[in-house]
Formats: sequence, structure tokens, C-alpha cells
Amino acid sequence: MNFLSDVWGFLKVRKKFWLLPLLVALLTLGALVVFSGGSAVAPFIYTLF
Amino acid sequence: MERHYILGISAYYHDSAAAVICDGVVIAAAHEERFTRKKHDAGFPAHAVRYVLEEAGVQLHELKAIAFYDKPFLKFERLLETYHAFAPAGLVSFLTSMPVWIKEKLFMRSMLHEGFAPLLAPGQTLPELYFPEHHLSHAASAFYPSPFDDAAILTIDGVGEWATTSLCKGEGAQISVLREIHFPHSLGLLYSAFTAYCGFKVNSGEYKLMGLAPYGDPESERARDFERKIRENLVDIREDGSYVLNMRYFRYATGLRMYDAARWQALFGVPPRTAESEDLGQEYMDMAFAIQNVTEDIVLRLARTARALTGCANVCLAGGVALNCVANGKLLREHVFDDVWIQPASGDAGGALGAALAVWHISLGNPRRADPARDAMHGSYLGPAFDGGQIARACRRFHAVAHVADNLDALCETVSDLLAQGKVVGWFQGRMEYGPRALGNRSILGDPRNPEMQKRLNLKIKYREGFRPFAPSVLEEYAGKYFDLHNAVSPYMLLVTDVAQSLRKPLPPDYHSLPLWDRLYWQRSSLPAITHVDMSARVQTVSRETNPRYWQLIETFRRRTGCPVLINTSFNVRGEPVVCTPEDAYLCFMRTEMDVLVLGDAILYKEEQTPLADDADWRKQYTLD
Repeated sequence: MNFLSDVWGFLKVRKKFWLLPLLVALLTLGALVVFSGGSAVAPFIYTLF
Repeated sequence: MERHYILGISAYYHDSAAAVICDGVVIAAAHEERFTRKKHDAGFPAHAVRYVLEEAGVQLHELKAIAFYDKPFLKFERLLETYHAFAPAGLVSFLTSMPVWIKEKLFMRSMLHEGFAPLLAPGQTLPELYFPEHHLSHAASAFYPSPFDDAAILTIDGVGEWATTSLCKGEGAQISVLREIHFPHSLGLLYSAFTAYCGFKVNSGEYKLMGLAPYGDPESERARDFERKIRENLVDIREDGSYVLNMRYFRYATGLRMYDAARWQALFGVPPRTAESEDLGQEYMDMAFAIQNVTEDIVLRLARTARALTGCANVCLAGGVALNCVANGKLLREHVFDDVWIQPASGDAGGALGAALAVWHISLGNPRRADPARDAMHGSYLGPAFDGGQIARACRRFHAVAHVADNLDALCETVSDLLAQGKVVGWFQGRMEYGPRALGNRSILGDPRNPEMQKRLNLKIKYREGFRPFAPSVLEEYAGKYFDLHNAVSPYMLLVTDVAQSLRKPLPPDYHSLPLWDRLYWQRSSLPAITHVDMSARVQTVSRETNPRYWQLIETFRRRTGCPVLINTSFNVRGEPVVCTPEDAYLCFMRTEMDVLVLGDAILYKEEQTPLADDADWRKQYTLD
């Protein structure tokens, strides 16, 4: 929760809300890349691109 | 009265460090690399934090605040916007950097909590965390410890979040940012690109490039041509010192290299020197000379702008480029400001101290009073000290043979005799220095009058490149007689100035066209070991008040020889962090051809020691920088 409120605070102060979709996409994709390790989610990554 | 302690840390990029202040007074500061023995250690500074808290006599949960030296989200914003702006170029770099951000750096608060967790007992909570901006941390490290009530502040480095160059004004307890230059336009990265092109490591080889520059031939057409090409093609320098890099020539914003090799080669007609093992041709010396000139020009223009914008008589410097002592010396000589004060830990390690000071004065609103007589860095002797008992234990551990001097007078008499005989002495005293320079507490010393000393120190003791110069320590009282310091002091060895005319010897007419080694070993002055090929020297002025033991040693050497100058180089070998403990010092002593080691009051002679067993491959411990 701390992280989400920090992100929100940052976007508000910097007035860079356009980064939000990019951040969400990156974090989702990044989480997949980082935590995939094995092959379970690999096909999902390939289908995204 | 309740005391308020603030811990500052820098970490996760390079040169991690920790510093602690009490009610705005600097108590302790140290680099993590000194404890872990990993050069430029970038990890969480657990050892440094433990040390500074112990030195301050405070526990983690008792702190008023903890300050981290930059803003991770703002840095991430810069990364995203940069990749977005340059897309699709930079995909490889993007994919390389994102995992570490998404897994770790974006969650800096959690990472810090995890790093500090072992220092907290059950039920204790972590104090509030603050994240001052990177350049504000640098500016704070430069201004708050300075002896000035108000001053212009110039911070120049590779990059922090967005800023690469900042012009600020410090007044009382406040710092206001007046101008900034943003990434990707960066003087620090421009210099680093040339460092890489000349075959040195980025983030550590910049000193070498600076040391190489005087070997460039100022009268050669090639050196002038390089400088012209840099100005016309790589960087557009404006009258006020602001600059714009031509990003077609650089790869650091999107790639894993500093420069576009094909374009640079086409421009300069010289291939990149890919490894330090390759011969160092005159073309790279001319290139170093050219970029050094450009760097000095930008720094001077920025300084003039800072003077005009702030109206202040004095300037404070920090950031990696502030370690360019040659540029600093020029700033002093040009009298752009009445006085110049440079933070001794100007690199990112100094951000730890700056972050703590920024929180104390800016976030918490505490007043500041400068002392015009002295700065607040305590000579930068802010690291751990070891008493006689600890030194004796270290000697026993290695079965070392040590002779303890009766008193300081006797110690200085013996050591100055040894130095005058041409011996190289490891001098380990008191608190370790904060910042990259050894200032007489973790130093290797030699006689600067000895013409063989530079070669011997470089090749047999430091195991580093033979072309690199050595710096002198001179008694403050005699500094003006030996060096053209223009009445300034240089306690942190951050000013390069000329050796006094009276010490110089004539040069041959073809001096600049002589091969590197012939120039290097030409007897240019009566202090050949510390006189660089262009008659300059990176001077440390030693004051009796700040370091009485070191002062007394040099004074004894002066009475013995008439020379108030010693060679002072950091106590380490190439690739090794400066020694921290007596054990580190003994190991370094035994692994090199150093003749004598002085640990506090104990004198150890090499010939009386038993060689270290099973230590033949010690060099593998250190990656060459």
C-alpha cells in the first residue's frame, strides 16, 4: 500500500498522469518477466507481442 | 537537551556510503567499500551504517530521520521518458534495466526497510525516511559544511534523476535552485564517454584521463583539431555555460555503450582504445587534452554565470566533476570567485552526508551558522580509528614484528629519517578519510626529491600505470613558496596548481614531442616525483590544527632535509579500496614492496616480517579499475 500511495503522490506532484498506463503495463509485464522463471507464463508473454 | 541525529545513506548505484549528523554537526561518515573491500561497492551500506551509528553512540530507532540521497521515482520517470523519446532504439537497454527496477529499485522504501531490519530489535520501528533529490544532496554536501554564510553552489556530475548540472544559491539554511541542465545533456557523461574511448573504465577511470591530459601536445595540430571537432560536433557550448550534446554521437541514453564508435572514429580518425593493455598512443593523450580543455571551459562559463546570478563572492562545488582538480585549479586562478570550497567527498558517496544535511536544514527547518574560520568537515577525517590495543592485536594476529615509539617526537624523527633515506612508508593514523583522497591518515608516503620515486611507487607499490602522477602534501605555512596557490588552501587535495617557478628546471625545446616515458622521467623540478609533465601538482596543504600528527611528521622531515613536502598517495594497490583497518594495512604492506609500515606509534620494517603464507594469488581479489 505504501508503494501505491507513493506512486500516486509522485504522479500528482509531477503532474505526469500520462505515465500511469505505461507504469501499469510495465509493472504487469515486468512482474511476468521477473517472476516467470520457469515456462508457466512464458506463452502469455509471447502472445502479448 | 534532546539531541537529534540524522542518518544519510547513498546506495544501489556506485560508492555506497553512510553519514550521521547530530543537530547539524557532522559526526561520522564512511564508504561501504572500505569495510567490504569491494571497490565502488554499490550494495546497501550495512557496515558503514553500523560504524557511523556506533561512532555517534546512537541506535537506529533513536534517529530523528533517515535520508536517502535521491528520488527513485523521479529517476524511473527519467528512464521511462528517455526510452519513450528514443524508441524503438534502446530496447535492449530497456529490457536490461527494467527487471532490476521492477523487482527492486521501484520498491526502494521496502529495500531500505529490509536493509535496516537487522539493526532493529523486535518492537523498534524505523525512523521516517526522506528522499531529497540527488543534486540537492550534492549541493547540500557542498554548501552546509562550507565556511560561507552565503555562496553560489555548482554541482556537476553524470546524472542524478534528471539534473546533470545545477546552479544554486545557498543562503543561511536555504538552498534555492536557479538553473539546471537535464539528462541526456551531461558534462560528466561527456567526460566519461572520452574516458571509455581512451580505454579506461567509466566511473573510475576519469582520474586517469585527467592525469593523461597534460601529456597531450598543446602545440600540435591534432590536439587543436580534436578540440575543434568536439566543440563543433559533440557539444554546443553557450555563452552562459549551458550546453547541448549532439546525441547522434552518444549511446548512453539508450544503449549499453557510452558513444557511437563508428561516428566517433569517422570524426576523430582514431579507433577506440578498447583495453588498457593496449599501447597508449599520443593520439589518446591529445584527445584527453582536448576534452579536458572543453571541460574547463564549460566549468568556467558556468561559474561566471553562477557569480552573475547569485551575486555571491564565494562558490561551493560538488558532484563527480568537482573531483576534476585541474578544472578546480583553473577556477581558482581565474578569480571568478573570491574563494572556492569543494566538498572532499564530491562523488556519490558524499550524497549520504548531503542528504542528511538537507533533511536537517530544509525539511526540518533548522538554522545554520557557518564558521568563517574553518569548514565543518573536520578535515574529512570522519571514519573509524583504531587504538594501540587494536593495533597490537592486529600485529599479534600476523605475528608481525613491531617497534613502538616512545612518543610522537621519536616516531616522527625515525620516520622522517627513513623517508629521507628513500624508503616508502605506509602511514596509518587516526580516523579514516571520507572521500576518495587519502589525506595523511591512510597514506603511502615518499620523498618527493627522489627522481626514482614516481616509477617505484607506480610500478612496485601501487601496481598501476606508470604515467600517473603523484600528489604532494605540503605544510600550510610553506605552500605559497612551493606552489602557485594564490593564497588559497587545498586541504582536500582537490586543486591542481603549478609548481613554483623557483623549483622548476629548464625543459628541452622539443619537450612536447618527446615520447611519453622520456617526458615523464625528465627532471622538471627539484621535486620531480610530484611535478607532473606540465609543471602542475595536485596539492594538499596540511594544517597543524586539522592533522597535528601528519603536520609534525612533515615538519620533522623539513627540519631534517629542508623540504616541507612529502609524496602522499592513498594506502592501497590498484583496484583495492583504501585500507580501513590495521589488518588491511598490514596485508597491503606485505603484498607490495613498501619498506616500512607505521600503525599508530608502531613501526614495522619489511625485512623483519615473515612473508605471508599462501597469499600468492592475492591480486585476484581485486578487479583492476
